[in-house]
Amino acid sequence: MKFALFTGCVSKGATRELMVSTMKAADGLGIDFVEMKSASCCGAGVVSEKSPILNDALNARNFAIAEEQGLDLITICSTCQGNLKKSECKIDSDEEYKNKINGVLKEGGHQYQGGKINIKHFAHILSTPEGLELLKSKVKKPLKGLKVAAFYGCYILRPSGLSDFDKPDDPHGMEDIFEAVGATPVYYESRIKCCGFPIVMMNKTASLDMAGNALLDAIQSGADVVVTGCPLCHLSLDAYQPEIRKLKEKGYDIPILHLPQLISLALGHTPKELDMHKHIIGGERIMDKVTA
Amino acid sequence: MTTFRIKRYNPEKQPEPYFEEFKVDATEGITVLDCLNDIKWTQDGTLSYRMSCRSAICGSCAVKANGHAILACQRQAEHIADKDDTVTIEPLGNMKPIKDLVVDFKPFWDKIDKVKPYLHNDTPAPEKERTQSPEEFRLIDDASTCIMCGACYSDCNVLEVDDNFLGPAALAKAQRFVGDSRDKSTLERVKELSEPGGIWDCTHCGECVERCPKPAQPFYRIKEVMASALEEGVHNNNGARHALSFTKSVKHSGRLNENQIPVESVGFFNIKGLLELIPIGIRMLLKGKTPPILHRSIKEADDVKRIYRELGE
Repeated sequence: MKFALFTGCVSKGATRELMVSTMKAADGLGIDFVEMKSASCCGAGVVSEKSPILNDALNARNFAIAEEQGLDLITICSTCQGNLKKSECKIDSDEEYKNKINGVLKEGGHQYQGGKINIKHFAHILSTPEGLELLKSKVKKPLKGLKVAAFYGCYILRPSGLSDFDKPDDPHGMEDIFEAVGATPVYYESRIKCCGFPIVMMNKTASLDMAGNALLDAIQSGADVVVTGCPLCHLSLDAYQPEIRKLKEKGYDIPILHLPQLISLALGHTPKELDMHKHIIGGERIMDKVTA
Repeated sequence: MTTFRIKRYNPEKQPEPYFEEFKVDATEGITVLDCLNDIKWTQDGTLSYRMSCRSAICGSCAVKANGHAILACQRQAEHIADKDDTVTIEPLGNMKPIKDLVVDFKPFWDKIDKVKPYLHNDTPAPEKERTQSPEEFRLIDDASTCIMCGACYSDCNVLEVDDNFLGPAALAKAQRFVGDSRDKSTLERVKELSEPGGIWDCTHCGECVERCPKPAQPFYRIKEVMASALEEGVHNNNGARHALSFTKSVKHSGRLNENQIPVESVGFFNIKGLLELIPIGIRMLLKGKTPPILHRSIKEADDVKRIYRELGE
């Protein structure tokens, strides 16, 4: 399997451990990721606040780059996934708009054709029957006994008209992956909620309360660890965790992992190799829960 | 037979809500509202809920079904029932229950009122009426379809933690007038909507799009108001500064500069806001998580700059 890897900005910045673990997971699974080094930011739903057409032109350029590589585009961030899909749907549904955008791209040597590539999140390809079989066949250290709570990240699920990942109100793709690596999925109501990250600069109290409610729900449902497919959720749930009032009051904390870190643990990597010690809430302790 | 688990509540008799089960023969095509009517008319006349048109027009019958807001008259019971052929019905969220499935809509209406949902235009009225072209109307067409059922308000992730947020329905209603070619108060409107509790407090979760039974789809309308606010030059708030800083950062390097955006979002002269950034900055620094000080551009960053130029950004 070979894919064009759309890294997104945050895996190159504040969550570099996501990039490290993604490449280790791909390597262990025999998946060839070709990094899209000239791809720009997806806009994160923010550039479109300033200019919708600018946002779509940048993403059409990104799609054109994957088309030129002749590869499906893989994201490792729910936010990238949602925003790329949003641009794709908008451009593909309006030929006149597509022509206008291609007019803007022309001088740079890119043209978006449409219908040539798929845009999928890493979790998406791993949660297919083939992906799950591949995972099971490569597991070296089953994560038996580890209770794992998924935190999906809004944009991989909603708006469902743009997402073909899973059932938006009752997804199971991430939990299927957890089972494939030997762990026990924990189902809890907040797994499809928002982490609050997009408003942390505008309304920090509400943002941290949203993260706090979700983490309390996961902890009280028996989770040892929360695993997310979105690095922005990771920042909200991990980097801000010491400031979350709702957890502090109860004296709780809980490690948060990126999905490729969990997979890489099952592929035999150590927490240190996956930079889990760089998390604000150290993730190494979860290995104590894994039974031999 | 389909089981309906309905949350009952009557504070005059019992302070705590409880669930009661009813069986309904939910034949093909029967709606959730038909089932509620069947229960009320043949099993328990004390069951309280709102309903009227039965045609997804009046917006009265919104309830939660299996945890998510729906219009009871718009959804068929067989499509809602879970694998055990059970439907759990609860009152809408983010509003105080009054009795059974009836909730207090007052905060919802107060917030609609707050966005001044009427046309502002003091110019002398033309002889017939103030007209719009079809193109002008198209800009407010989606927001006009809102039936104010409260489904978006019920499931809004921000309202779960912050009552001060105007919420998706009121902000979609605001777009109906911000985007109206006949309205003369666009600047005043977007200034007010940029205050705390307004557009920039929307967390982009898309829940309101998922629940909206009409094309109103509030999240997209909120984005349109954000664009209007930026265009009108209402930049003196964290949300606007964040959007501008983000867009500028992508222009310069093709990707986000995470070291720059928090500082530019809170504003260089906002001492309190800057001080609040210190704890997370120190935590990340100690763990080696701080984004690289030397921010690197993507390959072909000049092409990104050229696209910005070509689009006048």
